[in-house]
Amino acid sequence: MDSVILDTVLTLSGLGAGAAIILFFVAQKFKVVEDPRIDEVEEALPAANCGGCGFAGCRNFAEACVKAKDFEGLYCPVGGNETMAEVAKILGRDAVEQDPRVAVLRCNGGCESRPKTNIYNGAATCKIASALYGGDTDCQYGCLGFGDCVEVCDFDALKMDPLTGLPVVNDSNCTACGACVKECPKDLFELRKRAKKDRKIYVACRNEDKGGIAKKSCSVACIGCNKCYNVCPHDAITMNNYLAFIDADKCKLCRKCVPECPTNSILEIGFPPRKDRSAETDNDKNEVTSGEKEININNNKEV
Amino acid sequence: MLKTFTLGGVHPPENKLSAKEIIKELDIPENVTVPLAMHLGVPAKPVVEKGYPVKTGQLIAKGDGFVSANIHSPVSGKVLKIDKALDVSGYKKDAIFINTEGDEWIETIDRSAEIIKDFNLSPEEIVNKINDAGIVGLGGATFPSHVKLSVPRGKKAEYLLINGVECEPYLTSDHAVMLERSEELMVGISILKKALKVNKAFIGIEVNKPDAIEKLSNIAQEFKGISVQPLEVKYPQGGEKQLIKAVLSREVPSGGLPIDVGVVVFNVGTSLAVYEAIQKNKPLFERVVTVTGKSLQKPSNFKVRIGTPLIKLIEAAGGLPEDTGKIINGGPMMGKALSSAEVPVIKGSSGILILKREESARKEVGPCIRCTMCVKVCPMGLEPYLLMTMSEKALYESLEKEKIMDCIECGSCSYICPANRPMLDYIRLGKNQVGKIIRERKK
Repeated sequence: MDSVILDTVLTLSGLGAGAAIILFFVAQKFKVVEDPRIDEVEEALPAANCGGCGFAGCRNFAEACVKAKDFEGLYCPVGGNETMAEVAKILGRDAVEQDPRVAVLRCNGGCESRPKTNIYNGAATCKIASALYGGDTDCQYGCLGFGDCVEVCDFDALKMDPLTGLPVVNDSNCTACGACVKECPKDLFELRKRAKKDRKIYVACRNEDKGGIAKKSCSVACIGCNKCYNVCPHDAITMNNYLAFIDADKCKLCRKCVPECPTNSILEIGFPPRKDRSAETDNDKNEVTSGEKEININNNKEV
Repeated sequence: MLKTFTLGGVHPPENKLSAKEIIKELDIPENVTVPLAMHLGVPAKPVVEKGYPVKTGQLIAKGDGFVSANIHSPVSGKVLKIDKALDVSGYKKDAIFINTEGDEWIETIDRSAEIIKDFNLSPEEIVNKINDAGIVGLGGATFPSHVKLSVPRGKKAEYLLINGVECEPYLTSDHAVMLERSEELMVGISILKKALKVNKAFIGIEVNKPDAIEKLSNIAQEFKGISVQPLEVKYPQGGEKQLIKAVLSREVPSGGLPIDVGVVVFNVGTSLAVYEAIQKNKPLFERVVTVTGKSLQKPSNFKVRIGTPLIKLIEAAGGLPEDTGKIINGGPMMGKALSSAEVPVIKGSSGILILKREESARKEVGPCIRCTMCVKVCPMGLEPYLLMTMSEKALYESLEKEKIMDCIECGSCSYICPANRPMLDYIRLGKNQVGKIIRERKK
């Protein structure tokens, strides 16, 4: 009886020891030498694995950083300059700096300003709807409102506004990872340079139709009237296909273009309220919107 | 036993409401909108300008490159403008707007009713003339015909297949053409045979059109090398790969074209257009369109000019019924709902289907229960449930391995799914993305 127990213990211990010796040599033979700095760099990264840098994840990015000679084309938008400085320290290189950026939605066509002309009842994702047709309003450039961007945002920086049917960017959460930019089939998101106090002025429209058609489909569409272009003292505005675009790098946030816009398609965000004149414009704006409420959906064919 | 394709297929209710209707000519509309991108390939380039007077049949836009097609004015009048207009794609695209004045045709077109049977053009001349006439596949895919007729070097066409299947429920435009224009159709087929240098042509027709089978079989005796092949009724037999399998028992390889197995397929409507182009010098500017639907007063087959707003056709068929849920361009299986009834008829419009609200509503979507009905009905031998899930999860590399590009978008999977899952919607999405990836890789 005793011998059985003894034999078992001995046999198993022997097997274990044998396997350990074999494994030791195998491990020696197949050892992978990995740069220890990869681990260090990975440690310094935000571990969001969002893919905003263009790599499959933080580890992948860390490997690329260690392998590369300089930081060209390598930047972690989530960690920003601080993280990149830390990575640079680990690797003993000069840090690169980029202006912090934030996503903005270049469409302001909410339910009131952009009446629906048909009903969509297909699969509720922007990608599928946009593959089928221009959208349930007359504007084929505008937001479809199914929230593919909200779904794809890893940082809780986007949510749908049930009143307007448009996504809203939460500036403090946005890391400019660019996931929404890639996801939006209408190409409505733009990463813009962050300014002081998160102030920004941009044309919230992508409608490239001629003024009349654009205005008919959406009351806050850019109609390509060139007024903002003419008034801009910094050459920050370009006109293309009846659509204005404000270059964030050139814009000095002087706000001159905003009151010029006849359709209120230029948004100013984060500024203190204007004096006298601006109050009037605001009133006008309110009147216009309340007038547009009367528009009925006259054409309710489903898609 | 009747011939048919072997893999998958479904039997949707046929609903051929307008099958007994003769082709009526629709009045010429006051304005036409002719989209420049109504064929597969590069959009045509306009050769007219605003204010230009045009005659019916005059070239107004020239095909841009090899895979493109000429466009001819469907009416006589003045060019109003060249601007963006909503078309059946659901997007605003460039189109030529023409104001109609009278109906003056260009002199070269032979407008007599006489059927000309003899032709003595060489194959190259035929292909050139078809190219000039702007003929594209009228079954719906709108692939430029001259491209199909230009057989690539190293390949040889053995058979010409004429697609008279019309397996889409409701649609009857091809059926009407086969009955009323039988002889012209046969001449058209003979011309195509000569252009392809083949000796044998088959016309595939499903047995739900016995009158067309009988009539064409009788006439075919006068023509050498053309025979009618009756087929079992099964959707999607009108898909060219399915038709080849049904008639010739040949299988087009994955990613290949019919010419890889020595076959070229043309629709009956296209064959008629070829007859008119070669024998009557008439370019493609009108076609037969079925306007149908259970709620419609007079389901009909109309011969209409390209560019006519769809609403004109619906009005001629008794007006838009009140309880309309969807207006579909094409049939119920492969057609696409339109966002406006003002969009124009294009070369590929085979029918307009009006669905009532209760017919058109999408049903509640349930979870996939792995019943594999979709796998059983897929005529391409794919696994639609898998493709849909992979598409949802954006696994594009796996999708490519699962041969998503072989999907012919027939919609059998969506039709059969007991959980009403929008399979084809997602598969199309996956196909778009994988197609993009493949194109980028080739660059």
